Amino acid sequence: MYVDRGREISIAVFLAVIGIVLLIFAPSFFRPGNLENLLVNTSYVAIGSFGAMLAILTGQPDISVGSILAVCAFASGAMAVAGVPIPLVIVAAIAIGAALGLVNGLLVTGLNIHAIIVTLGTLSIFRGALLYFTGGAWIYDLPAGYRAIGLGSVLGIPNPVWIAALTLLIGAWVLRNTAWGRALYAVGSNTEAARLSGIEPNRMLISAFVANGALVGLATLALTTRFSTIQSNAGVGFEFLVITAVVVGGAHIFGGSGTVVGVLLGSLLVGVTGTVLVFLEISAFWERTLHGVFILLAVSYGVVSARRRSAHTRSVAEESA
Amino acid sequence: MTRSISDRLPDWLQENLVEAALFVALLVLIFVMSQLSPAFLTTRNLFNIIRFIAEIGIISLGMTAVILTGGIDLSVGSTLGMCGIILGALFASGFNIWLAALIAIGAGALAGFLNGAIVVTTGVHSLVVTLATLAIYRGIALGISQGDSYRGFPEAFFSLGQGYLGPVPVQLFIFLILAILVGIALGRTTFGRALYGLGHNEVAARFSGVPVARMKVAIFTLTGMLSGVAAIVFVSRVSSARGDAGQLLELDVITAVVLGGTALTGGRGTILGTMLGLLIIGVVRNGLTLAFVPLEVQAVFVGSILIVAVAINRWLRGR
Repeated sequence: MYVDRGREISIAVFLAVIGIVLLIFAPSFFRPGNLENLLVNTSYVAIGSFGAMLAILTGQPDISVGSILAVCAFASGAMAVAGVPIPLVIVAAIAIGAALGLVNGLLVTGLNIHAIIVTLGTLSIFRGALLYFTGGAWIYDLPAGYRAIGLGSVLGIPNPVWIAALTLLIGAWVLRNTAWGRALYAVGSNTEAARLSGIEPNRMLISAFVANGALVGLATLALTTRFSTIQSNAGVGFEFLVITAVVVGGAHIFGGSGTVVGVLLGSLLVGVTGTVLVFLEISAFWERTLHGVFILLAVSYGVVSARRRSAHTRSVAEESA
Repeated sequence: MTRSISDRLPDWLQENLVEAALFVALLVLIFVMSQLSPAFLTTRNLFNIIRFIAEIGIISLGMTAVILTGGIDLSVGSTLGMCGIILGALFASGFNIWLAALIAIGAGALAGFLNGAIVVTTGVHSLVVTLATLAIYRGIALGISQGDSYRGFPEAFFSLGQGYLGPVPVQLFIFLILAILVGIALGRTTFGRALYGLGHNEVAARFSGVPVARMKVAIFTLTGMLSGVAAIVFVSRVSSARGDAGQLLELDVITAVVLGGTALTGGRGTILGTMLGLLIIGVVRNGLTLAFVPLEVQAVFVGSILIVAVAINRWLRGR
């Protein structure tokens, strides 16, 4: 596997440049309270981005994650309000996410249609069905036990940050050390070769979508538990945040490469954009434009470095011939 | 040897299988709807359907060409939103409304040109490029308008989206004229034939001297321009320009095209098929509206139609 450390270094440098600009123009950005807020705000993006990367590793991005998040948010919120024990609510949120991921995975493999098309369909189906059942109503008066998930802290570090850190650490270990993790990269970089070496690409794809769904459920718990209401438009645009984070972090959008460090740096970049704009007194309405530009820069960078790499390989081959 | 369903049918039907099937489906749908609601088969309601599908239809003409080449454009809804806001902002700053409309259409063409140019120069698939520009163009719409809407357009401007020519809504003429032009360009010109060739086998097309890159840029530009035209009709119809206009419009547009028998893998599809697909979506959405199903919930049906249509297309063609 080819790991593009250059990419990770360039994002880190870019983040540092943003930091210096802020230090000069808006030093109040670095108040401890603000930094902690930023980390908490970035947590759910990091969890969701790691899930998104699992699907993207197989070459099939899932753009329905915003709707999955909304379904998980309403289901878990409604259960909590109805007095269901919190541990059960947590399990349910993750299980519902996994089930919707399974639907996506089965549709993509069963119909053999590209995931972007299938999940464009399920994006509307999941959210439409949710609105049908809720009638567009919000959920109010979430119980303290539910909100403690997002507002509590352990050893002075807020829970969402713990959840994100543990997810990324365990995730990195799984991708590096388990057969499943290695097979994900194999399927994404060369499906036919993976099949010939005994990996079942469809099964890998379905399991990646299920894991992605479960992680969206977990991300929901790190997000909606921090507020007193759940709004009907919860999760709109979530797919952009996570796909931007993953692609900016150096993963190839059609599979085969991507690292957890990249996801972390990409999530930080995506997570700070909105706040940075506010501190630089630029309207936050431009945030989406910036995210789109990030995606374009990232994929173009990927193409240029791939060309340079293949040119290099060719010249090495010619020299040795 | 496996034979697809279509191999067993007579030639004339085989060649127009999708169109024939869609036509039957449309008739069945119209019959069902007219039984469900007495309000369905009234002139007033049919005009409502036309007003609703005209904008989707105008964009779907360009989308058909893009998908024919094996590409896709996810940014059309954002382009519509951006063009509407440009129209509104220019008018608010004192421009003549028709000049503002022309500039907005030009901005749409420019947005489409950028899509095509980025696809061609980087070689990144248009799914990804237009996913990025979807965010960029929507961001520009929201950034310029700061979340506000533009209103107070002159009365004459509303003729496009709310007026009649004789007994028929004006946008039907706009749509039909554009459909005939694009239909002729795809079906009766060397450009059109080359486009099908390019979608069928890009490498072969390149070796036979087809200017592949230039053609791709041209059809993305066309799609962007048509999104601009649709934006003008849309703003005129709803009397205001808002930054969030056209969200998820790409779902309806792509569904109409795919339902009309255009293969996502490229090389197959017709404007006639797209128009039939469009009518089906219009009838379904209208029927659901008459049954008091909210717009957001209707997306469940459109999303399902998209997935089922792609699946049936594959099955009919045995691949």
